[in-house]
Amino acid sequence: MTDLTQLYQQVILDHAKQRVGEGTLRAPSADERPAGFGSSHQVNPTCGDEITVEYGPVTGTEHPLVWDGSGCSISMASASVAGELLQEQGADGFRTAAPAFRELMHSRGKGEPDEDLLGDAAAFQGVSKFPGRIKCALLAWVAFEDAIAQAETTKE
Amino acid sequence: MDHLETTRVRGDFPLLERTVNGKRLAYLDSGATAQKPTCVIDAEQDFLTRSNAAVHRGAHTLAVEATDAFEAGRSAMAGFVGAAEEEIVWTKNATESLNVISYGFANASAGLGGSDAERFRLGPGDSIVVTQMEHHANLVPWQQLALRTGAELRWLGLTDDGHLDLTDLSEVVDASTRVVAFTHVSNVLGTVNDVPRLVERAREVGAFTVLDACQSAAHLPLDLHGLGVDFAAFSGHKMLGPTGVGVLYGRKELLDALPPVLTGGSMITTVTMEESGFLPAPQRFEAGTQPVAQIVGLAAAVEYMSEIGMDVIAAHERAIGAALLDGVASVPGVRILGPRDPAVRIGAVAFDVDGVHAHDVGQFLDAQGVAARVGHHCAQPLHRRYGITASTRASAAVYTDQDDVDQFVAALRGVRPFFGLDGGTP
Repeated sequence: MTDLTQLYQQVILDHAKQRVGEGTLRAPSADERPAGFGSSHQVNPTCGDEITVEYGPVTGTEHPLVWDGSGCSISMASASVAGELLQEQGADGFRTAAPAFRELMHSRGKGEPDEDLLGDAAAFQGVSKFPGRIKCALLAWVAFEDAIAQAETTKE
Repeated sequence: MDHLETTRVRGDFPLLERTVNGKRLAYLDSGATAQKPTCVIDAEQDFLTRSNAAVHRGAHTLAVEATDAFEAGRSAMAGFVGAAEEEIVWTKNATESLNVISYGFANASAGLGGSDAERFRLGPGDSIVVTQMEHHANLVPWQQLALRTGAELRWLGLTDDGHLDLTDLSEVVDASTRVVAFTHVSNVLGTVNDVPRLVERAREVGAFTVLDACQSAAHLPLDLHGLGVDFAAFSGHKMLGPTGVGVLYGRKELLDALPPVLTGGSMITTVTMEESGFLPAPQRFEAGTQPVAQIVGLAAAVEYMSEIGMDVIAAHERAIGAALLDGVASVPGVRILGPRDPAVRIGAVAFDVDGVHAHDVGQFLDAQGVAARVGHHCAQPLHRRYGITASTRASAAVYTDQDDVDQFVAALRGVRPFFGLDGGTP
């Protein structure tokens, strides 16, 4: 594989198109926020990519996660794999995986991802060879971690 | 320039010989920073190896040589942009230049500079006019000045085809307007603005004009006296010179009255424990040690461009710009931002690839050896105006040739198929 196809692995391109967890934000006003609700908006000022992640209680069968964002395929795919991980593993599983993902991103292409722990996020190993794209990959994870942490601290 | 001449010019830029990702380098990011000819690199090195010393102080031979080189650089720059020597102030870059102007107005508004500086005072009821195509460096400082003084910030909008919308010029720039700050050439759209018309309107209402010349100084013949602007700013590194040096231009009588922002050594007349007097321009704005080696390098750059001739450079880049426009327009699913007529713009072409984010476009181009700029190019309001957050820009300089254009267009053609569009399988 060339560096470019390592960066843009099929699983990443697929996640960039079919995004897990993406949807319409509930965006409650500050005084209408239910207990256990977290919302985080993150921007990459160098390129303008942005994401908002909401995590918190819902009625009916919806999942507590919804995110909305715009950006490059790496940042959107990263949000999608994070969303998938959170949906499948829950907040505890996500919190365990996030440091491993961060470590992988800073490995300069040398990291050996634990696929059991990271799921599709393991495909981002090739991204770590491109220092200019690490921020793209981490943007969503910062928002996810922040939203989950807010949700935890505002629980009744 | 014919093919032979372009080949000779390219030979002056050693960096262009390197490869990137195993491919010939097609450097199309000169709008962000230009590559340096050997004469610039040598001038800086020669100064540091032979003549380095503190300028405007000391009586020894090296101090004299260094001061001569420093002031010769100012003289070369003044001649290059149609200004007087004492109207050329060295700064770190254009951003600093624009901040020195806007904070100078803020200082005057706070009462500094005495009666000479009264003309720069702003307050509630006054307005500052900018445009929607400004680089953040010529927008944010004016926002800050408005916040400091209570003046109102207004702006001229953009037309769909990438020009300033001047239909409401006489309403936006009115009797309340004290400053009109605008770019000579858009760093995204490439549009060359109608400076005489803006200057004429500003004069009618007695407003100061501030020109961002970053994207014109290296690409078009520049005559600041001819344009009649009050202040101007540009950076050395975009005009084949080193980083770390820029220029603030101002009409002499204005510079002598504008309160300085950076104060300290080298800019004073008499200092007592209670107060200090300031030198006239340009020294009044050159506090502290100056980037002398960079100035010597920048002087070599303007001499290099003068030898070729700015009219020759402008014609060459117009032809390259036309080829870039044609090439980008020939690729399916790509929208050009800015005017399509190469005669009203410089050779910098920004575009949006439908369905592929600019960062991904840039990454793909890089793998083909093509260096282009991606992102918002420090012009978020402009991108928002055209309904996007980021774009890709290919920008030319004197050394850009048809091979660069061909390599870039061929690579661009591969972008959408690579990302699974236009029937491609990623």
